[in-house]
Amino acid sequence: MNRIEKKFGELALEDETAFIPYITAGDPSLEATEALVEQLAESGADMIELGVPYSDPLADGPTIQQASQRALQAGTDLDGIFNLVARLREKTEIPLILMGYYNSFYKYGFEKIVAKAEEVGVDGLIIPDLPPEESEKLEELKEGKLATIFLLASTSDIERIKLVNQASRGFIYCVSLTGVTGARSELAPNLTEFLTRVRNYSELPLAVGFGISTSEQAAQVAKHAEGVVVGSAIIDRIKDNLDNREAMLAEVGKLVKELKDAIR
Amino acid sequence: MKGYYGEFGGRYVPETLIAALDELEAAYRKYKDDPDFNKELDSYLSDYVGRETPLYYAERLTKELGGAKIYLKREDLNHTGAHKVNNTIGQILLAKRMGKERIIAETGAGQHGVATATAAAIFDLDCEIYMGLEDIERQSLNVFRMRLLGAEVVPVTSGSQTLKDATNEAIRDWVTNVEHTHYIIGSVVGPHPYPEIVRDFQAVIGEEAREQILELEGKLPDYLVACVGGGSNAIGLFHPFFADDEVNFVGVEAAGRGLETGEHAASLTAGSTGVLHGAMSYILQDDYGQIIPAHSISAGLDYPGVGPEHSYYQDSQRAEYVAVTDEEALEGFQLLSEVEGIIPALESAHAVAYLRELAPQLDSEQIIIFNLSGRGDKDVQAIAKELEVEL
Repeated sequence: MNRIEKKFGELALEDETAFIPYITAGDPSLEATEALVEQLAESGADMIELGVPYSDPLADGPTIQQASQRALQAGTDLDGIFNLVARLREKTEIPLILMGYYNSFYKYGFEKIVAKAEEVGVDGLIIPDLPPEESEKLEELKEGKLATIFLLASTSDIERIKLVNQASRGFIYCVSLTGVTGARSELAPNLTEFLTRVRNYSELPLAVGFGISTSEQAAQVAKHAEGVVVGSAIIDRIKDNLDNREAMLAEVGKLVKELKDAIR
Repeated sequence: MKGYYGEFGGRYVPETLIAALDELEAAYRKYKDDPDFNKELDSYLSDYVGRETPLYYAERLTKELGGAKIYLKREDLNHTGAHKVNNTIGQILLAKRMGKERIIAETGAGQHGVATATAAAIFDLDCEIYMGLEDIERQSLNVFRMRLLGAEVVPVTSGSQTLKDATNEAIRDWVTNVEHTHYIIGSVVGPHPYPEIVRDFQAVIGEEAREQILELEGKLPDYLVACVGGGSNAIGLFHPFFADDEVNFVGVEAAGRGLETGEHAASLTAGSTGVLHGAMSYILQDDYGQIIPAHSISAGLDYPGVGPEHSYYQDSQRAEYVAVTDEEALEGFQLLSEVEGIIPALESAHAVAYLRELAPQLDSEQIIIFNLSGRGDKDVQAIAKELEVEL
């Protein structure tokens, strides 16, 4: 069993929701990311999404776009990220999920990515611009160690829910709103209805992301999902403390603790 | 596989958009051969756009270059000054039937933005055009035209601030407002079914040209030549000749400051396969798949990708793709202006530059049809600056 599945199993016994922070690897440097991952794990994160920075992140709002730019300017690439994961695996068993755009993986070579990811201890892949019908290769992975996490949106019909359920392993990533990533003041009004619809066709854990930034929102989502993903709100704390590593870690840790407490 | 040209194409987009692409495809299949739809489209194309456009024998250019007879397909004579309007009128008629209230588009040179704003104006739809800040500065005339037509021009300041980034921003808008908004992509790029829809609306160019040349010369041409950025004018000319094996296709890309400098927009000639804006195709990228910003003197060709069907044409050797530099394009621009009294768009001027190479290699019995995809009024200011002329 992979670390993601194991974690959801443990949380289910406690009737607890997973808190899943997203940070962009290499923002502002891979050394910072290493320290941030340890901080996130210590502060209550149950698993972590590491974004692979990309030049044209079309599912992302300004906050993550800028994080991507900072990471690319610092010279971050996939090889560096794999080395980072290998270093982290000497220190922590927290599930680590790579989230990146398809072209990064395609250009690197899909077989090579999978071998490398398994070797260094990555637990899952999320590729927001790769729907299941374009991802025969990813589906073959269902037998391997990596969790293949596909996304569903409120616009997905029943047929697509079935397709994504069948292709996914670990959990399904439910996009809470029609839009790009980034903090919003309100949750989408049809979110509960959407999650209920998915639940009718899937037994996989459901993690909800996009637009969730406050403890209140996280608590509300946690009532209907097994996982809550928060990205941009955490990246804002990183951005506000680019020159002060200690303050960065403290601020991020504080926010993550608040968010995890809200959904516990 | 669905939406593929060989191994190119597909729908590499966030899940949120899949439903909208399905809806668009269903609407397109429904209306594509619908007599009422086509009657309305044809009437706008003839009475509003001014089709059919002439196929003009460029006698002086033919003499000047020596060799093959050169015909110009005069897309520059369309309303709004380029071929772009063929597609925007078609897509807006679809959007109307799908009940969409709002139109968005990306634009590089501004020609597609103007054509979209025009179509939105006659059909009374809200219209927002995404345009890179760098393009806004070099195409200020078109920005003003769009505003006159009632569209809002949204400056894009992310990335390289050109067409690639305007397209990213338009896709982000579409993901957000997908229920009531239709995104009119301006070229044969993007996720399926866009490359097919845009091609079919542009195929009127090649359909007319085929009939016209048979009428004028009693035979098919030997070569079709068109400039390629995303590739819509080229596909529009080429596609109706696809089964005519004796007709050679040449697409002319922008070599910018020279292929060897790395500052160019020649995705087919000098790129590699990858995914950009939802489709697998040839793109400009580094070893880690990061997109490399394109460079071209012409904003309309300044794009690091190309339509998937062109990638298929290249790999299957149905078409040949070449690239000409900024400097050569400027010479082409001046050549057509001086010899034929036609000021071409800088995009089309790239193809003119290549004619200088191709025509003399052929004999006088042979025929080239060159797609004059747009007129150059929009470029005059930029060219004056380039030639260091004070206006």
